[in-house]
Amino acid sequence: MTAELGNFSAEERAAQEERLRKVWETPKGLRYWTSVNNSEIGLWYGVTAFVFMLFAGLLGLLMRLQLAVPNNDLISADLFNQAFTLHGTVMMFLFAVPIFEAIAIFLLPSMLGARELPFPRLSAFGFWSFVLGGIFVCGSIFFNAAPSAGWFMYPPLATSEEFSGIGADIWLLGLSFIEVASIAAAVEIIVGIMKCRAPGMRINLMPMFAWYLLIVAGMILFAFPPLIAGDILFEMERMFDWPFFDAERGGDPLLWQHLFWIFGHPEVYIIFLPAIALMAMIVPTFSQRPIVGYSWIVLAAVGTGFLSFGLWVHHMFATGLPQISLAFFSAASEAVAIPTGVQIFVFIATMLAGRVIFSVPMLFGAGGVIIFVVGGLTGVMVALVPFDWQAHDTYFVVAHLHYVLIGGMLFPIVAGIYYYFPFVRGKKLSDAWGKVAFWLMFCGFNIAFFPMHFSGLRGMPRRVFTYPGDIGWDWFNLVSTIGAFIFASGVATVVIDILRPKPKPAARDLNPWNSGTLEWTNDPEESWGMRSVPIITSRYPLWDQPNLQRDMEAGRFYLPDATSGERETLVTSVLDADPIQCLRVGGTSYVTIISALGLGGVFIALTFHWWITTIICAVITFVAIIVWLWTGTAPIPEEPEIDVGLGLKLPIYVSGPASVGWWAMFITMVGDGTAFASLIFGYFFYWTIHEDFTAAAQGPGILWPIVALVLFVVAWVLTLLARELNEKGTVGARLALVACFIVTVAALLAGLAGPYFHAMDPTANVYPAIVWVLVIWTVTHAVVGGIMHLYCLARSFAGRMTSEYDQDIRNVTLYWHFMAVTAVVTFGVIGLFPMVTE
Amino acid sequence: MKSFIPREVETLWTLFTAPTVWALHFVVCYAAVAIFCAKGMAEEIAFGTLRLGLGIFTLLALAMIVLSSYLAWRQWGFGSGDPPHDAATREDRKYFQGFATLLLSGLSFVAVVYAAIPLIFIAECQP
Repeated sequence: MTAELGNFSAEERAAQEERLRKVWETPKGLRYWTSVNNSEIGLWYGVTAFVFMLFAGLLGLLMRLQLAVPNNDLISADLFNQAFTLHGTVMMFLFAVPIFEAIAIFLLPSMLGARELPFPRLSAFGFWSFVLGGIFVCGSIFFNAAPSAGWFMYPPLATSEEFSGIGADIWLLGLSFIEVASIAAAVEIIVGIMKCRAPGMRINLMPMFAWYLLIVAGMILFAFPPLIAGDILFEMERMFDWPFFDAERGGDPLLWQHLFWIFGHPEVYIIFLPAIALMAMIVPTFSQRPIVGYSWIVLAAVGTGFLSFGLWVHHMFATGLPQISLAFFSAASEAVAIPTGVQIFVFIATMLAGRVIFSVPMLFGAGGVIIFVVGGLTGVMVALVPFDWQAHDTYFVVAHLHYVLIGGMLFPIVAGIYYYFPFVRGKKLSDAWGKVAFWLMFCGFNIAFFPMHFSGLRGMPRRVFTYPGDIGWDWFNLVSTIGAFIFASGVATVVIDILRPKPKPAARDLNPWNSGTLEWTNDPEESWGMRSVPIITSRYPLWDQPNLQRDMEAGRFYLPDATSGERETLVTSVLDADPIQCLRVGGTSYVTIISALGLGGVFIALTFHWWITTIICAVITFVAIIVWLWTGTAPIPEEPEIDVGLGLKLPIYVSGPASVGWWAMFITMVGDGTAFASLIFGYFFYWTIHEDFTAAAQGPGILWPIVALVLFVVAWVLTLLARELNEKGTVGARLALVACFIVTVAALLAGLAGPYFHAMDPTANVYPAIVWVLVIWTVTHAVVGGIMHLYCLARSFAGRMTSEYDQDIRNVTLYWHFMAVTAVVTFGVIGLFPMVTE
Repeated sequence: MKSFIPREVETLWTLFTAPTVWALHFVVCYAAVAIFCAKGMAEEIAFGTLRLGLGIFTLLALAMIVLSSYLAWRQWGFGSGDPPHDAATREDRKYFQGFATLLLSGLSFVAVVYAAIPLIFIAECQP
């Protein structure tokens, strides 16, 4: 990559900047909210998540007030239950995970040297889903209708309408909606990091933050779907009385615990790794040297990412599983301490090797690490089964989890706020305020949470709304409450520092900390991100590549202009970041908001069983998404190639595995497949716990499942045929697509026929219920698959899909690979497995 | 003689080989024991047989990880070129991949051994 850099006169540059500014312009007035630019979406996302955090923090203070003295009656037991459930739920789902999606969406393009992530409208859609779901869940407490069964919603308490009211539905449906937003963000982040790095940014030069986020997004893809599967079973039980968790009818509450914690434990690391990623950006800057042990960090990130999936049962040590099973999870829980320790040592080594500047971000970072290490050590304690049996469900665990989450997540976030504030706003936060905030938060935190170890060891169970005096808990609780308020005053100091008016700095300084990474070249006044997309040759380009900033601003690198009037960014190869495509991304649009509002309406209406509203909202969502796809995806460009600068011409349209759309489909379907696998896990789970898991009930038979299986395979083969024929011409492809659609309809009817004709009653026993769920899952996917056939047919007739420009049919074929596997597994299992076990 | 060791492939995915082996080993151990204990199969098969089977499976998993370490070591040029591997060249990128994969193989090896320890010490289901 030794291309001659461009040279433009002052007039040419001014004209380029004018065009770039126009293309990337943020709309004004009310239309501002239709923006999809990563800097707006990232900011809204982050601010919203932060506000939810403050709200949940107030709930925490309310709980501490109630617990300050014995026999207190400040709030009722029911309100206390709602407060702790919402506190945990909001902190986890509405703050900890989304704040990182926010930071990633905001920072990644600048850090990677891209103008924009590949699917800006998807980010916007995710954001609007998140806001709506979040307000719905949080707002419920003002109507005394908030969920009250604890943030992990254990049945049978949470499945009982009598005990948990509508709160559990709000939790399930509100959060399912937010899970959709998380998976959308994961797709965006993975494709962005793999395909949209600046030319030359090989994987050994990627910023640490990107490595961590790549792993975290991958984890989201495998962690959230089991919870979605669990939510489906849960809601089917609450709404239609299908007995998945009802022991009397063959269900088992433990299945929920499995599905919840298969999500819930990796979730802790999904929260922790991005926080450490921020530290991996901050520590080198304030040590003024590259990070020590780059490869070791990659080891730590990937290692933690994998091992965290082998820990879930350590939340279930007290449920009576065989001890050898517990021991496997205990072993994995100890093993995960290795990569976690490696990351901490890498930071210490970097600080020792450099010249540390103890600024506010470093204070928060170092303080967070200290707190986290304490939480990690108590984690090693509770990972041991015998100790856990003593500490289970006591305040010891409350102390442990707050040490881990606040040290491992909140402190690094505040460090990140102080560090990146100049990047967002062009001016620094106050050092003095920051130091006051840090000491208030650090001392307050320890005063609040350290005594909880002791109240826990003295037997205080978590989630009690009050306690009698004179059993040795009084003082610990009073001290905790005082500490909580000191901690809160520290958080308030940060908020005031952010909000107070700040003078404009005398001189424009884009890189006030003298950082080495690419994001610090961005001018917060401009919305184009990179003025031109640079060629990267170092892990710390601002330290090692002289004149980089000047050359970028002079438009001497790639994409210095926007002559086409479209938003463009570069796509590069995965390993070596060679430029391969000029990608056009979506601009400002209403469809994202309408789709999100429509989908939100579906979830909210379902909560209250307003069936007609549900259908209306579903139709609105469907139409909005089709309009979005039809107008916004895979447009045929006016010419096949475009000049991206430095004498390089790149294609605008690519299809198949080379395209970002194909990757997005692949990643989405991996997540979808994980949810499906979780349902299959449920089927076999019921098989293991019962002598005869069919409970002598009628099965779907062999005939119809096998007919369905064969028809689905035929539909899949026809889809492949349609793709092949499309390369030769339109007529054959159109005929094949029509055939695909007809066979798909036949297949899904055959799929339903098995359980229908055998009169399987899903409310009678768990066996018919799980069979029905699997069939409905597959049939729903078939409906989507059939719509995709019709969509391709319509695109072909409209001239938007041709032999040359065939992204649509290629992505649909990819969907159908997954569809075929889903169908074969579903109908194979429900049709044949009962015969095998007879 | 034709080597059984695969040719060098250049992809991001080789990085995840060893942790994937750990994951498979973990799932198989967990599922085998869970089904064995929940289904009360101790009457038909001795617990010792299950332990032996999982022990052999553990050795297979470790062998896979050792193979992946060898491939990683080869990708790292058999240790030529020390870290930090931060040059903007294809060679350093390959060395980085090899070295990081090697580290992950080491971690996965240890994690598989950890997971196998209960098989040594626990001799029945003990609900």
